[in-house]
Amino acid sequence: MTFERDPVRIRRVLGDKVQFIQGDMAVAYGGLLAGCSFFGGYPITPASEVAEGMARLLPRVKGTFIQMEDEIASLAATIGAAWGGVKSMTATSGPGFSLMMENYGYAIMTETPCVIANVQRTGPSTGQPTLGAQGDMMQVRWGSHGDMEAIALCPSTVQECMDMTIECFNLAEKYRHPVCLMTDGEIGHLREKVVIPDEDEMDLFERVLATIDKDKFIPFSESQTRDSKVPDFPTFGSGYHTYVTGLTHNDKGFPATDKQPDHERLILRLTSKISDDREKLTSVEEIELDDAEVAFVSFGASARPCESAVWDARKKGMKVGMLRLKTVWPFPRDVVTKLSKKVKKIIVVEMNLGQIYHVVKEYAVKDCEIVLAPKVGGDMHLPHELMEYLEVSN
Amino acid sequence: MSNMKDMTGEQIRKKYLRDGMLPTIFCSGCGHGLSIDYVLWAIEELELDIDKVSFASGIGCSSRIPGYMNADGLHTTHGRALAFATGLKAALPENNVIVFTGDGDCTGIGGNHFIHAARRNIDMTVILLNNYIYGMTGGQLAPTAPKGSIATTAPYGNIEHAFNISELAVALGAAYVARWPVSYPYQPIKSIKEGIQKKGFSLIELMSPCPTAFGRRNKLGKIDELWNWYDQNSILVEDYERILNFGTEEERAGIQGKYKIGVFQNLEKPGFIAEYAKLVKRVIAADDAKFGGDL
Repeated sequence: MTFERDPVRIRRVLGDKVQFIQGDMAVAYGGLLAGCSFFGGYPITPASEVAEGMARLLPRVKGTFIQMEDEIASLAATIGAAWGGVKSMTATSGPGFSLMMENYGYAIMTETPCVIANVQRTGPSTGQPTLGAQGDMMQVRWGSHGDMEAIALCPSTVQECMDMTIECFNLAEKYRHPVCLMTDGEIGHLREKVVIPDEDEMDLFERVLATIDKDKFIPFSESQTRDSKVPDFPTFGSGYHTYVTGLTHNDKGFPATDKQPDHERLILRLTSKISDDREKLTSVEEIELDDAEVAFVSFGASARPCESAVWDARKKGMKVGMLRLKTVWPFPRDVVTKLSKKVKKIIVVEMNLGQIYHVVKEYAVKDCEIVLAPKVGGDMHLPHELMEYLEVSN
Repeated sequence: MSNMKDMTGEQIRKKYLRDGMLPTIFCSGCGHGLSIDYVLWAIEELELDIDKVSFASGIGCSSRIPGYMNADGLHTTHGRALAFATGLKAALPENNVIVFTGDGDCTGIGGNHFIHAARRNIDMTVILLNNYIYGMTGGQLAPTAPKGSIATTAPYGNIEHAFNISELAVALGAAYVARWPVSYPYQPIKSIKEGIQKKGFSLIELMSPCPTAFGRRNKLGKIDELWNWYDQNSILVEDYERILNFGTEEERAGIQGKYKIGVFQNLEKPGFIAEYAKLVKRVIAADDAKFGGDL
């Protein structure tokens, strides 16, 4: 009995089209809508509500929820389910995300499509469990060992928690990569209006399954049926006899651990399948940037006070705009470079002591002043605090 | 069912092993190769469709085995095989999931996953190759190492107490638990067959000699020495119980510290997959009653 996505049942279980719910629940809704049928999770503040939502919803659409023994197991089971042919996800926060890093790398190495929602809090260590932060923006990029690319989306509203979870599944399936929804405790526990999309209002990208002759199929190489660096997926049980390993492997999937060219070839394909499509798969929102002389760059929860600051500044006649990164990884570097050529100053607003700030600096032109507006401790930036950064030094 | 004598070992290997992956990485005298044979015989005798068998493993010598099987195999991270296999089984509830793991992989780094997989009674067959050492990394101390044994990280002798894996699985309520030395050819195959057919979690612990990393440092370096050591230090579980309850004082002293072998536990209880299917049925029925069955 393989799981089949049942749109009518999903909509029936979700209920009214317009609802007032919290961000974590919207993540669960997004997963259900995308056709997720396996969730392995472990309790952690402020992400537990995602697991609670899935525990309640998944059995009603014939999916499986298992509370695993820890976050390591949660991601492991999520990856195992993906090889069994279903869409799968887990959710966690900073400490759990740290525990997941090993299997996050495994998912990248084995090209396993799956989704991780990280409802971020701060650290190091246990930190402030009940308060939001953007503490893992670099961990998602560099947290596992070795060379890799990351795909990470940052919702700023409860609606986006739902919509971007669906998008995370699409990207996971398209690129065969673990995709992270990097939300935070503020958005996760915020309640807002959401509008649940109807079936014809959603575009779902479905996994490209292996179809060619079993003796001609090459499991870990460019696709043999499409123009893509992403191989077609040989679901376990479909007779392809695929060997999946986290070791460096050749295109047949067999361990090839002691030869430089094998490793280089594999890693260059795994990274370039994403970096080649960087500008295509990244998405940003531009607010009042046409004539802006100063721009905020932000993402997730911290983009909300930024937007207020933009409107406050505009009322005072200041030419201020905002670039909101909906995709943070891969980093939309061309957009940032272009912006830095246009404005005199960029203020990077984030709820940490500077993570994405360094990346903005890396891709901005030298003439543009790049300033960090950090905030830690669990309070969000206030618009009037951000106004203080607007003065341009010449 | 096909009769074992209908096929030779060579024919079995030709049928189920992957071209291009042999020879194995195993040292001469290693017991792991025998365990491959035993699992393949069990699959052959049960007439399983190999397309519907998924192997999973963690890290270590034993965990390389799925690579040799001409079947789907998930070679995962160290200690985590059972957690991966749990998700895999949930997605493919009708397929067989067989996990190869070692004593370090399963009860050192993976101990937490092991106790929870057994407690959850998730439907899978675990072939645990216990060589009492970390073999692949060169002979470090395992949680199963006998007291007093020498390892590279216990150069003056092990002062810790050893895990008794099968007893642990019994305590956790695993549906099927058996332990055999690989030097017994038929009993492991029978237990693996029973394990595969069992609903719920089954553990077959195979005592598998590692002359290179364990034997050499413990005066058991020659291949026959470890096999003899197993013979001298193991006792059938039935004999153990009989002596414990009814034996003379002398007999009772003689069984101290011996490894019990045999079938430790064989229970009939629903596995996780069946329990979960029941839960889904109940929830769906309630929904359909509330909203009407026609979607």
